[in-house]
Amino acid sequence: MKITEEQAKNMARQLLDARTSLTPIEPFTGSDPELGVADGYAIQQELVAMLLAKGEKISGYKLGLTSLPMQNLLGVDQPDFGPIFASTIYGDGATVSVSDFIAPRVEAEIAVVLGADLSGPNCTAATAYQATAGLIAAIEIVDSRIIDWRIKIADTVADLASSGAIALSSTVIPIDECDPRLIGMLFTKNGDITATGAGAAALGGPLNAVAWLANTLAPLGVTLPAGSVIMTGALHAMCPIAPGDVFRAEFSHLGSLTLRISE
Amino acid sequence: MTSSRTPTPQAQRLIDAAANRVATTALTGDFPDLTVDAAYDIQAEVVQARIDQGNVVVGAKLGLTSVAKQKQMNVSEPLYGWLTNDMQIDTGAPLVCNKFIQPRCEPEIAFILGEDLSGIHISAVHVLAATQFVFAAVDILDSRFAGYSFTLPDVAADNSSSAGFTLGGVVVGIDSLDLRTLGCTFEKNGKLVATASGAAVLGHPAASVAWLVRKLAARGEGLKAGHIVLSGALTEAVAVEPGDSITARFDQLGSIEVSCI
Repeated sequence: MKITEEQAKNMARQLLDARTSLTPIEPFTGSDPELGVADGYAIQQELVAMLLAKGEKISGYKLGLTSLPMQNLLGVDQPDFGPIFASTIYGDGATVSVSDFIAPRVEAEIAVVLGADLSGPNCTAATAYQATAGLIAAIEIVDSRIIDWRIKIADTVADLASSGAIALSSTVIPIDECDPRLIGMLFTKNGDITATGAGAAALGGPLNAVAWLANTLAPLGVTLPAGSVIMTGALHAMCPIAPGDVFRAEFSHLGSLTLRISE
Repeated sequence: MTSSRTPTPQAQRLIDAAANRVATTALTGDFPDLTVDAAYDIQAEVVQARIDQGNVVVGAKLGLTSVAKQKQMNVSEPLYGWLTNDMQIDTGAPLVCNKFIQPRCEPEIAFILGEDLSGIHISAVHVLAATQFVFAAVDILDSRFAGYSFTLPDVAADNSSSAGFTLGGVVVGIDSLDLRTLGCTFEKNGKLVATASGAAVLGHPAASVAWLVRKLAARGEGLKAGHIVLSGALTEAVAVEPGDSITARFDQLGSIEVSCI
């Protein structure tokens, strides 16, 4: 890491302003190409502290960059994470407004709900299985506070892993009856199929994703509490949205959910 | 299918390429006016040559069943080819690469029909009603055109690059299966290549088979009880060579591992 606490706070404040005013900012890596993953998390930590001070509550975490193509695009060999705030969780059939975001995109994912506390290190998919209450069909709305998504790894990590909001179906399905890697998914936009995928697309499977998160949070002294919602990563390439669009993600075993987009 | 007679030069070119395992160039390079309909006539000759060698038609396969692939080829419909018994690789048996020119593998959902199916009215529901079992499958493509460089009429004439196929060992009835959302992962040498659900094939694998039946009806043909139908690739095809291993895993249909030697 190269930035000071003062610099991290300053950059976090810029991101906070961008979130409030919905006005994107230049990438930090534009003026300082040396910024790396650790710098990104230092900025993220300051930003989260500011948002918590404003009354936000952490409900869980999202993983980003969970597929090889996305990791290759940003030149990294691991995923990233950011918090999910309670104020950004929608239900099945919800309407979200594009005017609440800067440059929103959507992607279908499998969410994991923990039934027990989980902490690393040495957490495996098997440990994650034991702590899992069930799986939920989910759609994530990603957004970037960086102009035109011109992100490098430090920028997106600082920007809470480009999180925007999430929508969850109302059913939590126990994991016992299926192999979560093989849960199939069909994503449609206004009735047309835009993508299909299966659970293995994100880090090899939802339980691998949860284990990675627990292990990554361990050195920071963070335990994932029971009830945490973990968005385990996109099962397909993210899709642009426009007012009037209706997105539907249908999963085997998990059911489906619909998200409507308004002005 | 045409009766036994001397093949046209176009068909002979494809028959020789397969027999000698030496790729040829696109037919449309020499016959730019070749239509898709005429190409299916050439395909019938190519299949007849296999029958003349003592083989039997055991089913059919579909190609270009994803919107992405159709866009890439600038066409708006899939295509089909016929499968003969000599193309089947036993479950668990290796793929012997030197039997092919440039083999590629792709994961598919295979249907086995319990009833004959024909007619221009056939929909996905009719296909499901006539289906006895579904299987996990790996389709082995082998274009007889160098570098898979072809246009739609070429690949139709080339029996849709049909070369081999293998079925999974799990026999599954379709009673409670939703083939649209059924998940599939495809790996080469232990690395994930792609994931998909059944809807990747024309929205539903049975819709793909229904398209085939309607298409065949226009030529006065149909599918028979016992026919195996490979409904179309769920993911991109991957090239294989000796030493490679391919794994296709399907929710509820089991998995297939193909070792290439």
